[in-house]
Amino acid sequence: MSTESKTLINHIVEMEEDEANALAAKMLDEGYDPLELLSHCREAMDQVGSRYEQGEYFLPELMMAGEMLNEISGMAKPLIQQAGGEEKKESLGTIVLGTVHGDLHDIGKNIVTFMLEINGYEVVDLGIDVPVAEFVSAIEEHEPQVVGLSGFLTLAFDSMKDTVEAIAEAGLRDKVKIMIGGGQVDEAVMSHTGADAFGLNALTAVSLCKGWIGQEVAA
Amino acid sequence: MTDTEYNDAYKKREKRVLDAIALKQPDRVPIFLYSTFWQARYAGMTCEEAMYDYEKLSAAIKDSVLEFDPDSYTMIHPAIALGPTMEIMGYRQLKWPGHEGLSPDVSFQYIDTEYMKAEEYDEYLDDPTGFYLRRYLPRIAKAYEPLARLPDFTSLFYTRLIHCTRSFADPKMIEGLETLARAGRESNKMFKEVNRLGKEMTALGYPQTESAAAGAPFDYFADYLRGSKKGMLDMFRNKDKLLEAMDTAVPRIARGTIHAVGNDRCRTIFIPIHWGLDGFMSPAQFETFFWPPLRKLILLLIEADITPNLLWEGDCTSRLEVIKDVPAGKCIYFFERTDIFKAKEILGDTVCIRGNVPASMMTTGNPDDVVEYCRKLIDVVGKGGGFIMDSGVGIPDEAKSENVKAMFDTTKNYGLYG
Repeated sequence: MSTESKTLINHIVEMEEDEANALAAKMLDEGYDPLELLSHCREAMDQVGSRYEQGEYFLPELMMAGEMLNEISGMAKPLIQQAGGEEKKESLGTIVLGTVHGDLHDIGKNIVTFMLEINGYEVVDLGIDVPVAEFVSAIEEHEPQVVGLSGFLTLAFDSMKDTVEAIAEAGLRDKVKIMIGGGQVDEAVMSHTGADAFGLNALTAVSLCKGWIGQEVAA
Repeated sequence: MTDTEYNDAYKKREKRVLDAIALKQPDRVPIFLYSTFWQARYAGMTCEEAMYDYEKLSAAIKDSVLEFDPDSYTMIHPAIALGPTMEIMGYRQLKWPGHEGLSPDVSFQYIDTEYMKAEEYDEYLDDPTGFYLRRYLPRIAKAYEPLARLPDFTSLFYTRLIHCTRSFADPKMIEGLETLARAGRESNKMFKEVNRLGKEMTALGYPQTESAAAGAPFDYFADYLRGSKKGMLDMFRNKDKLLEAMDTAVPRIARGTIHAVGNDRCRTIFIPIHWGLDGFMSPAQFETFFWPPLRKLILLLIEADITPNLLWEGDCTSRLEVIKDVPAGKCIYFFERTDIFKAKEILGDTVCIRGNVPASMMTTGNPDDVVEYCRKLIDVVGKGGGFIMDSGVGIPDEAKSENVKAMFDTTKNYGLYG
């Protein structure tokens, strides 16, 4: 890896947005391979993710890292398309995720999406206030291994329960693992909803997926 | 009202709470009946009705207070009975039940978005009032839109202050001001009901939980101006401006809150904490951006003989040592998922602790769970006083009534001191 590449990764990991963007622009200007540049971004995201896991970084750093990734991808992608190339995406598994019906909160869900993506999963994010039928049809269409139900309000407990029941009624319950997360969930809420697991933060979501999807591959 | 107009029942409950705030041991653990929509729903109302029918909401509050007999009740109208006024003014920061596709029986929800752009910090810092009038208010409600056409009055003088009346002849301005006047008359109706209910509850012997609300300075920007995401990014991108803007906002928030409390007998005010939780920012960020301006606000309020009641949402266990730095016996810290037993250890000699029967237990658990948890709270957190019983964020909208009853019965029977 060139010194410049290392510096770029370092700028991103250290949250130096202006420096990271300027260096990425300069490298691309000078003909640096945009695909290669994006792989450096992924490397940087991995490092940001592990700092988050180690309790050194928090939500604001994840958001900032996401911003830098978007900005640099925005510079690199047109060049990749111009050259007729395509970004390779290897996915470890698919997760369908959304905030359950009645609840409009999305920050927790977005962070979970971000952490799952940088850990190599493909995430189908259905957004907020998602009707149960939409979860069911997304599961049919994308055949995920894991479904994530997010909710901040206490009303989400029943919406999560409705959603899990609808998934069961559609005959899909044994095809997916279901995790719930958000402000007030705990073990009591988990058993109320019929989900398989709950998490208080994005790290739990990642480790749950690693556990479930890993097991499936091994089986 | 003079002191003699408050009856003994009122004073007895008030003393129980004030003793707890002063970290003394009252005759028993005080308990609040604090909810957003639970009381309305318990009376068979939908959330939509609670937001629109002032009198019916009052009846729901009064009936539940008489049934559960708490040590204070919550005047919830100013927080929820806003439907008619919001509709008239075309308010945009909330989605609420029965309006714009939200079903009638769900809580209102805040629209978290960027109401102030990053490049507007300078404008805010230069002239917060002008920024509010010409930029911010027009974004948050339709009726405020024409205010965008107001001149900067401070640039005008002498005859120019005569000429500028022209902006008030603008048909859009006239329409906007007329709409605002209608909204104001509607809001007056709501507050008239608030005053009526307040007098009735006082006569029945029940003090209020709080008389006004304020925002933590970081939340003031991250929630209401910049949006949560941009607020967090500002800690990197606009660090100095954010800090300066919070410095500008603190005395303003304090003045507004002191004004709202006025001469009320109830001196407690509510401050929800949204973005200072564990996980939402690092300890270093908390100690740079969140706590110093919040502490300044707390001190200004205490100076005005006001008791800040801070609702530390989520888990704030890692903040306990830092947030201990306030004068003893002057604040209530209301905890949701923070380790409340650890909070007692660290903060027990400094603040009155309130909470925290979990929302999940109140909604999905049974009375036995609640009794057991409340007993533990009373034994450990209630030891020596300085504790008020409540659910984690007040009684959740979906709580089972038998669980609410269990919380009250346990506090009244098991929570006696002496």
